[in-house]
Amino acid sequence: MAITKEEVLHVARLARLELNDAEVERFQGQLSAILEAVSKVAELDLTDVPPTSHPLEVSNAWGEDIPHTSLTLDEAFANAPDRDDDHFRVPPA
Amino acid sequence: MSITWEPVIGLEIHVQLKTETKMFCRCRNGFGGDPNTQTCPVCLAFPGALPVPNRRAIEETIKLGLALECSIADRAVFHRKNYFYPDLPKAYQISQYDEPLCADGRLVVPTADGEVEIGIVRAHLEEDAAKNVHVAASGRIHGATATLVDFNRGGSPLVEIVTAPNIHSSDVAKRFLQLLRQTVVELGLSEAELDKGSMRFDVNVSVRPLGSDELRTRTELKNMNSFNFAAKGIEREIARQIKIYENGGTVDQETLHFDPTAEESAPMRSKEEAQDYRYFPEPDLVPVHPAPEVIEALRSQIGELPTARIRRIANTLSFYDADVLVTGGLDRLWAAVVDGGADPKEAANVLANSFVASGIDPDAVNPAELTKLVIARSEIPRGVFDEALAKVGEPGFSADPYTAQKAVSDASALEPIIAAIIEANPGQVEQYRGGKQGLLGFFVGQVMKETGGTADARVVSELVREQLGA
Repeated sequence: MAITKEEVLHVARLARLELNDAEVERFQGQLSAILEAVSKVAELDLTDVPPTSHPLEVSNAWGEDIPHTSLTLDEAFANAPDRDDDHFRVPPA
Repeated sequence: MSITWEPVIGLEIHVQLKTETKMFCRCRNGFGGDPNTQTCPVCLAFPGALPVPNRRAIEETIKLGLALECSIADRAVFHRKNYFYPDLPKAYQISQYDEPLCADGRLVVPTADGEVEIGIVRAHLEEDAAKNVHVAASGRIHGATATLVDFNRGGSPLVEIVTAPNIHSSDVAKRFLQLLRQTVVELGLSEAELDKGSMRFDVNVSVRPLGSDELRTRTELKNMNSFNFAAKGIEREIARQIKIYENGGTVDQETLHFDPTAEESAPMRSKEEAQDYRYFPEPDLVPVHPAPEVIEALRSQIGELPTARIRRIANTLSFYDADVLVTGGLDRLWAAVVDGGADPKEAANVLANSFVASGIDPDAVNPAELTKLVIARSEIPRGVFDEALAKVGEPGFSADPYTAQKAVSDASALEPIIAAIIEANPGQVEQYRGGKQGLLGFFVGQVMKETGGTADARVVSELVREQLGA
């Protein structure tokens, strides 16, 4: 396995996910398969190849500093699970 | 033999840019809007929404980097910094990691004992988090709490500046912060107001035996909202760490929440909570390649910086005065008043003391009128001067009605008043003549009272001395 149970639990904790034993095992298998597939790249000689952060030969894509129209409160809150007047309401942080 | 300890201080400063719009969307940036009225699919992290960087924010960060003598990256990349908190709807902050816009700079801090060079490790661009308000729930479930989130600030452009850990006193740390603030304000990048959170900073502190170059465990002080609190918090932390080492203990790596009213700093989060941010390049954004001609154009917009001006003005005035004038944003007004013919030291005194205390915006002042006032200062009653100075920032202010009220220094006008006061206070006269010289002030005060404050105190003092000496 390319990833340990402890690592699965660590990642789950960072994402605030609660996993039961069966799920840990299932994700360990799935994540390991992904990591093994990706690690194929390591078989190539990449000494002179810089890391790619983006596949496109594009740079300096930006916008000018001119305001657009923001959402209305009702639009902003349309999918919010909870709302307190003009604030999003979430469990205590 | 007891060890001499050397503090090792590093600073991390966040400055909110005052662009019109946010960093990755074109919602309005800045205070004043009602909660959650400056939001859109990007800054609320609706699925599928894509970030578009703010060109002006990138250019202003480069400009700050140039002012801090940084190298500007030929290629800069945005990264995702992952963490889970309600102020961050994407569950990651777009920040910069190993390819920041600006790196390897310095800021020279003039002090009374010479100049200190503080290294700038990096200055990078990122987005601010939203504002959380933690509240007690009203009604429904007694005692429960909730967090309310306002996303107006979420996604605002934020520059993070990280110094090298080569600051060795709380005083230099404070001066560095003041100078950096003034630099940022003058470049037009930010209001950098501590009380509004548009400038925030964290301080890393450790100590080591003087002469050693080790870096011991550091603690981080957060939430300091004034330069004086920062200096005080650093002093306190240095003393705490020294005491621990001298008692044979070890310092824990932790974050301390600074409470100026408490005697000690309370721990906020210990290292077991240490974050794992899983940085990786933001796939939704392409690299930034600042063009050399853009960098040069930005460089040409930078005027004479505060450090250079303190250095120059300290040739004329004391270091202290030069420092107060420049870090207070008053030196240009001072120069104009001096050009107008006022005495440099006198002008500095007025600006660094009474004027600062008045809180008047230096830009609102007509230097010509202030000059007249400074020149007339010794000739008009103190009360008249103070009254005029309080109004010097008002539109259309004229110094003339005030400078016309010359203090009464004519001996023939003052002598009868003085004689009457001497006559009326035989007891004090006797004590004065018996050697209680301090009573001179009493007589001068009586004359000032009698003349409604219009007498020239210096002349009165001479005349009283003369008459009593008889």
